[in-house]
Amino acid sequence: MSIAAAIGDTLQEEHQPNEPKRKGKWVPYLLMLPGMLWLAIFFVVPIVSLFLTSLQTPVPGGQVGEFQQTFNFANYWDTLSDSTYYIPLFRSFVYSGIATLLALAIGYPLAYAIAFKSGKFRNLLLVLVIAPFFVSFILRTIAWRQILADEGPVVAVLRSVGLVGETAGVYPSAVAVIAGITYNFLPFMTLPIYASLERVDPRLIEASGDLYAKPFTGFRKVTWPLSMPGVVAGTLLTFIPAAGDYVNAALLGRPSNTMIGNRIEYTFLSVNDYPTAAVLSFILMACILTMVLVYIRRVGTEDLV
Amino acid sequence: MAKADITQAEGDLFLENITKQFGDFRAVNDLSLQVPQGSFFALLGPSGCGKTTTLRMVAGLEDPTAGRIRIGDADITYAKPYNRPVNTVFQNYALFPHMDIFENVAFGLKRRGIKDAKQQVDEALDLIQLSQVAKRKPLQLSGGQQQRVALARAIVNRPSVLLLDEPLGALDLKLRRQMQLELKRIQTEVGLTFIHVTHDQEEAMTMADTVAVMNEGIIEQMGPPTELYESPRTAFVANFLGQSNLFPAKVAETSGDDVILEDSDGRFVMPKARVSDRVVTDPGTEVLVGVRPEKISIARLEDAAPPPADGNFVDGRVTSASFLGVSTQYEVTTHGGDTINVFAQNLDVHNLVPQGEDVRLSWLPIHGFVLSGHDDINAGVEKNV
Ligand SMILES: Nc1ncnc2c1ncn2[C@@H]1O[C@H](COP(=O)(O)OP(=O)(O)OP(=O)(O)O)[C@@H](O)[C@H]1O
Ligand SMILES: [Mg+2]
Repeated sequence: MSIAAAIGDTLQEEHQPNEPKRKGKWVPYLLMLPGMLWLAIFFVVPIVSLFLTSLQTPVPGGQVGEFQQTFNFANYWDTLSDSTYYIPLFRSFVYSGIATLLALAIGYPLAYAIAFKSGKFRNLLLVLVIAPFFVSFILRTIAWRQILADEGPVVAVLRSVGLVGETAGVYPSAVAVIAGITYNFLPFMTLPIYASLERVDPRLIEASGDLYAKPFTGFRKVTWPLSMPGVVAGTLLTFIPAAGDYVNAALLGRPSNTMIGNRIEYTFLSVNDYPTAAVLSFILMACILTMVLVYIRRVGTEDLV
Repeated sequence: MAKADITQAEGDLFLENITKQFGDFRAVNDLSLQVPQGSFFALLGPSGCGKTTTLRMVAGLEDPTAGRIRIGDADITYAKPYNRPVNTVFQNYALFPHMDIFENVAFGLKRRGIKDAKQQVDEALDLIQLSQVAKRKPLQLSGGQQQRVALARAIVNRPSVLLLDEPLGALDLKLRRQMQLELKRIQTEVGLTFIHVTHDQEEAMTMADTVAVMNEGIIEQMGPPTELYESPRTAFVANFLGQSNLFPAKVAETSGDDVILEDSDGRFVMPKARVSDRVVTDPGTEVLVGVRPEKISIARLEDAAPPPADGNFVDGRVTSASFLGVSTQYEVTTHGGDTINVFAQNLDVHNLVPQGEDVRLSWLPIHGFVLSGHDDINAGVEKNV
């Protein structure tokens, strides 16, 4: 939740009028020092190292996994033009995009109900939202195999209403992967939205009713825009890790459902093609960064604050 | 009753036997009142007496447990808030923080699909003299400016009834006085029915045509400010509106149009017209005699002229004298043991009476009032600081 609040606040601060310069200018830098050191050691250094790796080439006549430092930028183009890489990359964004939308569709009403309608059960419900974290991520994902299995309840219901053929199933499939991602990241969507809904003054909603807004219009004009910081934080916290996720595709999907995370893992650990794995990581990072920036720019100018 | 169009309802506002129960607690108790169309009506009362609850029922944000609310012929008791021709200026303003001032003011008009919204919003912003900040966000305005925006946002809809819930509560004294005048000016200009909730008696008296004094969920008294001040019906009103000297007495006899009262300091004459309608004037009835501190003359006992035949007086000793510039405030303990406050205008500084001096206090019978002896003599005192 604090992450969400932090993201929400940074987004808001961007739009505030320039503050006057304070005295004791060095204080903020001093406060940032530990964080900066942490970032330098655990983020910048590995990134540089990863970038160097991405430019390496195999040692001529060397063994598998032996590389020398070169500056072969062609690695990037070679990887990008290889359909065994760009298709999973594209698929990752499709899957995580759909999962993010689903998580929003489920998480927003959930957060809304907890914030406004739960009364004395509020804390209990909040605990329930994070309760899945008490069980390992892998175990929970494996449990979804059971839930979506051919003999399981979901398929039984879907078959009875004719949405799934008598011989077809749900697991393993793209549907199962997306369902798994949606489920696994739901709390990251729900909690930031809850945090920003909880800060919406109920008197504003009353005021909108007093000013002739029917309940749904009041929601659209007041509650929804005021909860945007939470929606932005929630979608980012869902989309970004989901795009790089490989557990759900590995456990709930077919080989035809592999995502870029699976490709990176496979290339790195099984093929030992470190430069290509590094290239993929960088491409993934660049894509996510671009999408996030475009997204924040758009939402930021339209609805935020 | 014919089904009148609620959204267009016009006329006087009627609250008929309204009761609001929160669990075991009765916040509003069988309250009835009529607010004439176009009047400035103040609902005055101490904190927690049910003012906000009453307003919320009129606005439709709360359903009454019993009773009806009408505007003219239209029954709005259970109408949805967005269907009522009623707008509210909320206690904390409740401006939409994500919209600029223009959008805030335009909100109600847009929801009703009014076409020339822009022009009306511009006019409303002119009225509150804030056209220059139309593009700012509420948080970039001062408290007084936000208050005016909240007012414009409600007024622009030209509701039949405008509810103001302590809109000036958060402002400092100087700004509050200024805003009071402005509110009054705007009300006269647009001619809407204003119901103004406050616990500041001075605010209620300076602004309103009619003041209703509310206490513990009921209306103690309702009328023009001068009437409430001059002829309070209950000890609560006497103490809550301004300051009063109250002391217990008994009815001794009635003679003609007068009632003769008696206490440990002697006898007082009161015209029957000055006796609260809640008091029966049979001899022996316990009553409270009231007189406002500024209506009492104070004189050194040796200087005092012989009491006029139809005047009231008591003798006592000054226990404290505070010079306040425009007036001097005396506290006098009578021989009978009552404490009486006196505000004397400072016409002549040499006439100040020092502490410890024996004095005679006198006042005209028509300046006093008589309340029921069952009233709590201290009701409404403390809260009105
Ligand atoms: N939703 C509620 N549930 C229970 N009690 C309530 C509720 N709303 C108000 N009350 C009670 O009703 C009483 C009247 O409240 P109200 O808000 O009308 O007071 P008020 O006259 O507006 O006071 P103030 O001047 O402090 O604003 C209070 O004792 C309050 O505690
Ligand atoms: Mg109130």
